[in-house]
Amino acid sequence: MRLTRRHLLAALPALGAAGLGIGFVRMLHGLNQGHFDPRAINTPLTGQPVPGFPALPPLPDAPGLPGLTRENFQNIKKPVLLSVWASWCLPCVEEIPFLRQLAASLASDATPLELWGLCYKDQPARAAHWLEQAGHPFTRLGMDQDGQGAIDWGVTGVPEAFLIMPDPQAGGRIVWHGTGALTETIYQTQIIPHLEAKP
Amino acid sequence: MRLLLALCLLLLTITPCLAVDTPDEMLPDPALEQKAQQIGQQLRCLVCQNESIEESSAPLARDLRHIVRQQLQQGRSATEIETWMTQRYGEFIRLRPGFSPATALLWLMPLLSLMVALLLVRRLWQRSAPPPTPLTQEERRTLNSMLKKD
Repeated sequence: MRLTRRHLLAALPALGAAGLGIGFVRMLHGLNQGHFDPRAINTPLTGQPVPGFPALPPLPDAPGLPGLTRENFQNIKKPVLLSVWASWCLPCVEEIPFLRQLAASLASDATPLELWGLCYKDQPARAAHWLEQAGHPFTRLGMDQDGQGAIDWGVTGVPEAFLIMPDPQAGGRIVWHGTGALTETIYQTQIIPHLEAKP
Repeated sequence: MRLLLALCLLLLTITPCLAVDTPDEMLPDPALEQKAQQIGQQLRCLVCQNESIEESSAPLARDLRHIVRQQLQQGRSATEIETWMTQRYGEFIRLRPGFSPATALLWLMPLLSLMVALLLVRRLWQRSAPPPTPLTQEERRTLNSMLKKD
């Protein structure tokens, strides 16, 4: 059979459909494996040093829970998981059980990271109440009551989280930025690989 | 006709509806406020992603509007403010993205479509060739004599 232009033209839609099909399968596969997230936002800070941000004061009545400044990231010994949250945010309540569990596992000696918090546009009394519910997971907490600190971090909503690796020259380097409630799955599939990749 | 003209003129008076919540959010200097609105209309609200920060009433958009005005008062230029925003939120915050390898196809699409259209038009013209010129008297005579032979 001779291949005419008519045949080629007829093959075009079929090829197009096949291309779309392959694209969809790859997308679904990525969704399953966790390397494609359609709701992911642009995270330009990934790979960058910790940004400059105004010093965030601690909660007024929380002894042993210092505030958060850029200098705190300068000499970190362990990776830091910075959680951005607010007591008024529902997905933050959703992630409380995981934070509590993570904090408990971090209390042992072989702690792979430190858990710090950034409290976004919240009332101190409510934030304190939330901390009680979450089982006081953080070792550092900055109160960002006007939300300016979160803007410097490129936060678009709560909850969000950052993984910061020790890097004395850069003052800490952000290696991961996630949006939405932290879960065991996200921790295992997205955060642990970074911790294990550490030289 | 006059009615149509009047309607067109009326359309010109329509100004975009902005979400500035309170008058005290606006700058006292009208020229600077207009500049702030122009910048804000080019910045995407990251909460309601198809609105600009000037249109959105999300708290984050309000904060970003405030920052735009604050920086304008400090004498920063529109480009500096856009860079400040892009550093934090990425290229995504710009409703009019800059030219880069990732956006090249987007920006060049009008030019590409025009070129494809021109190619198609050229091919259409070539296909509709003029009808053949009628035979001359001599040609007809030759043809007739050839046909008679058979």
